[in-house]
Amino acid sequence: MNVLELHYDVPGDDFTRAGEASSAIKNKLKQMGISPDVIRNIAIATYEGEINMVIHANGGTIDVFVGADAITMMLKDTGAGIPDTELAMREGYTTAKEEIRSLGFGAGMGLPNMKKYTDEFELKSEVGVGTQVTMKVYLNK
Amino acid sequence: MKVKDLIKKLEAEVINEADFGREVTSVYCCDLLSWVMGRAPSDCAWLTVMGNMNAVAVSVLADISVIILAENAACDQPAISKAIEQGVNVLKTSLPAFEAGLIVHELLGAGVPLRKN
Repeated sequence: MNVLELHYDVPGDDFTRAGEASSAIKNKLKQMGISPDVIRNIAIATYEGEINMVIHANGGTIDVFVGADAITMMLKDTGAGIPDTELAMREGYTTAKEEIRSLGFGAGMGLPNMKKYTDEFELKSEVGVGTQVTMKVYLNK
Repeated sequence: MKVKDLIKKLEAEVINEADFGREVTSVYCCDLLSWVMGRAPSDCAWLTVMGNMNAVAVSVLADISVIILAENAACDQPAISKAIEQGVNVLKTSLPAFEAGLIVHELLGAGVPLRKN
């Protein structure tokens, strides 16, 4: 059973608001007394997903499920989808445009960081349909 | 070492003072935000030329103690507003990132590893 469920809508193409959902999630988890290391991992992973939605998918949704043993983050969008998920997972691979890169994004680290900072990571994507990322961070390691 | 201890040595300008009593335990230099998210240690002093609001967001989410803008890189107004709102320390120095980083490293004391996770 989940102790808490959170839902956020991420607006697309709005860099001024990118990170708002991740910051809100971080603050909520802090209030719940979750350990700082766990919070940091979740904050990094959700921020990368949030930025990806803004850059590539015209926004999406983030759902967070806080359970007794783990926190699960489910990120969904209805963007263009990823044609080659294996390639997308490679560090340094990016399809971000130059204007995005000038903002400091597009290092090709988003998906690898999401995997690195979570205990379970699943990426499902279909071209023309969208992308879904499910990540889990264990609370008692 | 605390954030306030950096100001004089770096001849830094204060862009935003949130909590200058915050501890700094390492130093990190990079401008690519995802790279910083994935690799900057928490409680570090982060040297960058990215003075935009996304840099502030990264600083919050990665638990960075202070953003130090190198070579007088500009911090735009939305970034300053966000730093105030989110409680992020921001300094600016005329020094290049590498030189400023060396000074921070020296201030951290001999024997402190350059990277600390």
